[in-house]
Amino acid sequence: MRSLKAQNSLLANTREQVEIIEHGQTGEFALVPFQQKLEKINLYPFKPNQIEIFQVNIGKMCNQTCRHCHVDAGPDRKEIMTRDTMTQCLEALVNNPQIQIVDITGGAPELNPDFRWFVEMIKELNRHVIVRSNLTIILSNKKFFDLPEFFRDQQAEVISSLPFYTKDRTDRQRGDGVFEQSIKALQLLNEAGYGKEKTGLILNLVYNPCGAFLPPSQAILEKEYKNALFDKYKIEFNNLYTITNLPISRFLDFLISSGNYEIYMEKLVNAYNPAAATKVMCRNTISVGWDGHLYDCDFNQMLDLKVSCSSKHISQFNTKILNDRNIVIGQHCYGCTAGAGSSCGGAIA
Amino acid sequence: MSENYYNSKDLAKFGNVSDFQKELGEKFFSYYSEVFKDSELTAKEKSLIALAVAHVVQCPYCIDAYSSDAFEKGWSESQMMEAVHVACAIRGGASLVHGVQMMNHVKQIAM
Repeated sequence: MRSLKAQNSLLANTREQVEIIEHGQTGEFALVPFQQKLEKINLYPFKPNQIEIFQVNIGKMCNQTCRHCHVDAGPDRKEIMTRDTMTQCLEALVNNPQIQIVDITGGAPELNPDFRWFVEMIKELNRHVIVRSNLTIILSNKKFFDLPEFFRDQQAEVISSLPFYTKDRTDRQRGDGVFEQSIKALQLLNEAGYGKEKTGLILNLVYNPCGAFLPPSQAILEKEYKNALFDKYKIEFNNLYTITNLPISRFLDFLISSGNYEIYMEKLVNAYNPAAATKVMCRNTISVGWDGHLYDCDFNQMLDLKVSCSSKHISQFNTKILNDRNIVIGQHCYGCTAGAGSSCGGAIA
Repeated sequence: MSENYYNSKDLAKFGNVSDFQKELGEKFFSYYSEVFKDSELTAKEKSLIALAVAHVVQCPYCIDAYSSDAFEKGWSESQMMEAVHVACAIRGGASLVHGVQMMNHVKQIAM
């Protein structure tokens, strides 16, 4: 499968995506605007709390082409963060000690040639590092075989997608053979101490629905995952995060091509949970794009909705200006406020 | 009057039955939500039972609702179809077991 960009799909155009998300395919699909939901609970204009997490996308290149990917990542994507931009991220961290967590994502972040250097530099600044690893990258090439040891040496937290504890659902979302490779990679991470008691090495897994529906209860699903993965493969991990698929990029393409777009959007709106709206991740996270531009969240990044203030690039990072901005919202935000809510750390309400 | 007896959009209006009889409607929905909570059986197990029963009672609303619910809760297509076969077997068996009654009757009257 090629990325939407490589296919010259209309949906590779972010403006086209925003238009569909706001008004539907025909321009006549109207749902209650997300803004009105925030107004009802006196949260509009939507303001951030203090920035505590840097989520840095260091490139869209990936060894996988998952069907739900909101990044439209894949082997054909060449966008990659340079060491100069990484250096600007490090400078922002030096100047902003309140930012204690750096969440590195992609694509497959490990494919960036400066990935290891970046992780080491962040650790030198005594920040907690999260690496969003797709697991299969570890086995994709011998130069990645030692990644579990590298993660361990850097005391990095690893968060990995495993959309289900069975082959069928995992492979249909992430590609043939991904489940088997993911299991092997998880076993290697366990061997390095990840997910094991008393090692302090955190391994969290991510569940994404394999279709046009919301995640089930995170707590119940976590128990199922733990039982199934341990019984069959002796795999251990710390927490399961259930993450709702947002109608962006390849998941939007799936929704439209399967005739599920309007039904799914209605489902998100009907499941709107005001308690989740107060806790969404854009309130304490800033998202940095591969080219250094700043966004309220990873989803706004993929829709090219930059922060609405003058501090638009990591080279101009200014906490005071960013803390005073209004978060850019849209109908896609219903994805983070549906049901138990959703964030890069799973359910929030 | 609608041209069809069933309309899939009516499923979303199920709660409206309380408009005509509030007290009984509310009691039913309170009971219903209690039944499907995790308890001695998990909500996931109950969802699969509901799917099978939906096929026996041939309720199109219930089939839609519990096909989604069971899949969302993690049952696979083959597990869901096995549940439908269980429903079918019981339903078919319920007819077939009456064959014994037929046999008894025929044996009674036949020379």
